[in-house]
Amino acid sequence: MKRTFDLSRPVLIAVAALLAVMIVLPVGWLVVYAFSSKEGGASLGNFATLFTDPTFVDPLITTLIIAVSVSLLCCAIAAPLGWLVARTDMPLARSVRTLVMASLVTPPFVGAIAWEMLAAPNSGLLNQLWRSLTGMPADEALLDIYSLEGLIFVIACYTFPYVFILVANALDRMPGELEDASSMLGAKTWDTARRITVPLALPTLLAGALVAFLQAMNLFGSPAILAIPAGFHTLTTRIWSLFQFPPKPELAAAASLPLLVLTVLLLRAQAMALGRRGYAVLGGKYGEPRLIKLGALKWPAAGLALLVLAMPLFLPYAALFNSAFSRVASRVISFETATLHNFRFTFFELSSTMPALKNTFLLATSTATVGALLALLIAYIVARKAVAGHRVLGFLATAPLAIPGIVLGVGLFLAYTRPPLTLYGTLWILLIAFVTIELPAAYQQLSSAFHAVHPELEEAGRMLGASRLRTLADITAPLLRSAVIATWCFIFVAVIRELSAAVILFTSDTKVLSVLIFDLKESGDVGAIAVLSLVMVAITTVVVAAANRLGGTRTAGRLHARAAG
Amino acid sequence: MHRRTLLASAALLPFGARVVSAAPPPETITPALIEAARKEGKVSYYTAMDLSVAEPMARTFEAKFPGITVRVERSGAERVFQRIGMEYQSKIYNCDVANSSDAAHFLPWKRQGWLAPFVTVDMAENVPAEQRDPDGTYVNQRTHLSTIAYNTSLVKPEDAPKGFADLLDPKYAGKMVKGHPGYSGTIMTATQQIVQVLGWGYFEKLAKQKVLQVQSATEPPKKIEAGERAIAVDGSDYLFWMAKERGAPIQVVHAVEGTPMISNPMAVFKAAPNPNAARLLVAWIMSAEGQQFIVDLSGQYPANKLVKAKAGRPALASIKTLPEDAAAVEKQADEIKLKYAKFFKV
Repeated sequence: MKRTFDLSRPVLIAVAALLAVMIVLPVGWLVVYAFSSKEGGASLGNFATLFTDPTFVDPLITTLIIAVSVSLLCCAIAAPLGWLVARTDMPLARSVRTLVMASLVTPPFVGAIAWEMLAAPNSGLLNQLWRSLTGMPADEALLDIYSLEGLIFVIACYTFPYVFILVANALDRMPGELEDASSMLGAKTWDTARRITVPLALPTLLAGALVAFLQAMNLFGSPAILAIPAGFHTLTTRIWSLFQFPPKPELAAAASLPLLVLTVLLLRAQAMALGRRGYAVLGGKYGEPRLIKLGALKWPAAGLALLVLAMPLFLPYAALFNSAFSRVASRVISFETATLHNFRFTFFELSSTMPALKNTFLLATSTATVGALLALLIAYIVARKAVAGHRVLGFLATAPLAIPGIVLGVGLFLAYTRPPLTLYGTLWILLIAFVTIELPAAYQQLSSAFHAVHPELEEAGRMLGASRLRTLADITAPLLRSAVIATWCFIFVAVIRELSAAVILFTSDTKVLSVLIFDLKESGDVGAIAVLSLVMVAITTVVVAAANRLGGTRTAGRLHARAAG
Repeated sequence: MHRRTLLASAALLPFGARVVSAAPPPETITPALIEAARKEGKVSYYTAMDLSVAEPMARTFEAKFPGITVRVERSGAERVFQRIGMEYQSKIYNCDVANSSDAAHFLPWKRQGWLAPFVTVDMAENVPAEQRDPDGTYVNQRTHLSTIAYNTSLVKPEDAPKGFADLLDPKYAGKMVKGHPGYSGTIMTATQQIVQVLGWGYFEKLAKQKVLQVQSATEPPKKIEAGERAIAVDGSDYLFWMAKERGAPIQVVHAVEGTPMISNPMAVFKAAPNPNAARLLVAWIMSAEGQQFIVDLSGQYPANKLVKAKAGRPALASIKTLPEDAAAVEKQADEIKLKYAKFFKV
């Protein structure tokens, strides 16, 4: 029997091997180093240091405190906000939803820098405003961002959107019938909310809490900007500090493992929490959820939602805008004092600007393209059960979710600074890092998209003699166009804001925008930071808007929660 | 011209430098060097100098020698040292010229044979012998100080600290900002010098004063100008002065115990990808013109004797400075970082 040669098996093997190398290599080296002494022999000494030396124990405890607090704070903000947006007749609900998602475009470290401008105890704009209103003396401050509380607040600002999206989406999907039944049986509006809506939303909220916990635990940028001036470390900044001269990769690897193990455990817990959601959506078709009438509370609710949005969005951008046009960040600009000095400096004097913009753009474009194609291929194989063993691919594609950015950075550094593949110092190592980091979310988006395309179209193509790959290219891919574009866009945005892996892996020739901003932060050049941050956000917004037009989907709505920045 | 050459040989001979040193014969900026540099078209300059001085200097060099772009790679000296080390470990040779505020870095670099000897006539004749390597591998580019300073709108002159011991006064708690020796070469060098005079006990007490810990020695000037803290424990003096000359309410304090002095050596790397552009850049920076540019813009103290210090700044000789000892900094650097992290927690 003569058949067209089907490439699917070699492709499967190649993809599986590629994924295995991408994940196993860095994690493998990480484990090897963690159990090695400085001289190279096998040893548990690193872990003894890790759990007895206060310079490691303190950051570990601090990190846990931060993660728990952020998680609780996020739920306390996101749950009511999500409910207001999804389940009530609050005015501006759509705008609030869009704006919460827009706040995700802000890299957390840029948010942290902006909040420094707002709430540094003496020069912070909000503290200055407070002093001028109350007449308090110069050294009294309302807010102190250089503190554990300040750091928790800033991380929460840029983490609650993830929880919000989960909660709002869950509430959208929740069947209205159960609530209808409740009210028909005589329950009052608030009783229904308390006894039906809240319990149904609880598993999602729990999952959201875990996402926030993970995000806060694995974040590098915000603590590096706020914790170090305040005189404390988190685990991620401590790991990063181990790369200062003389570098201690063994200790860095050992300190990375608790993050890795905790992330894996929490992701399992999250899967279990989300898995239980199933009972709420069993069988049949449901009506639109009913909107609760807020009555007189309508506008106060909208006001409250806007106040919440001021924290990650309105206030920080006002501060960045002010600094961009000001000689000294702590001074409020007027028409007379506004200056283009920072723009001139950033674009005509600072020699790193253009190379960093070029590297960032190149990496974002190539990572988005490679990542989206790889995710598409894997999602296809898994969704259509194209070959035996397809489940392994799905597992491998989601596995990087469990690797925090800074840990992946350390692992890749250890793996690719040696032969046979000495990639350190090239853009390739950053490409690998970014593809690995973004693959899980890309895969999850595309695999859900595949479920929406009926296989019979592909079967027709196959029956007419086309190979699997040909079918994929000619039939499936065009049908998935909008999902693929959304995924591409999502990766592009995520790469631009990535700092935690880049800060370990860059060299002077491969500096990206996020690292440049971080460098400028260390020398206190806030004017240039403000300009670059606004440029960064402008690029991101333009790309998202363009892709939304092309793809016709709401990209931001598909943002999947994962540790970043 | 003739007289200058004579003077130079007279200055060199007593040290026997000509006889024992491995330094190459002094060069000048020749059309051939410019042409070769232009063919390379670019040069990377790793430095710890504040961007507000380093970048304009680079742009001025580019205007003087069209066709050559300078990429300024600025970070804290300790970070620059770490980056070059990590790059060399992976056989990545990006660095053409390095300029560090931690003179100790040039000792291991020279020992490992990473530096290319390069001497210009300007260096041989006009830079004091103690400010350059006898083997011609590095030369001091400029000197600055790490000083105390305060914001005069937040601290009255009569309440201002006079020296390091004053900073331990409880009335200054929570009002100070300070750079980090794990990042900044200026702070590393200054820490070593202050420990010699006051011991670690001083830092242990200072750490209890709720000091705002920034990284670079270039940041305390920016933080007190913004009014975020009233007093800078340390920081690059030229930035305090530049801010003051711009109208910022800043007063520099030369500590009664003595002010740490920081030289900023510069070297061409042997594996430089752009060796000619590297030598041209170094030759120009060490020329009277290059030195004058640094002095005019920033008022740092020039290494080239032909260039006068900036008017309005205190003469270096009039300030009680602490002795700089690069070899000691090299030996004590790891201990300094450990002890510092122990007291200040970061």
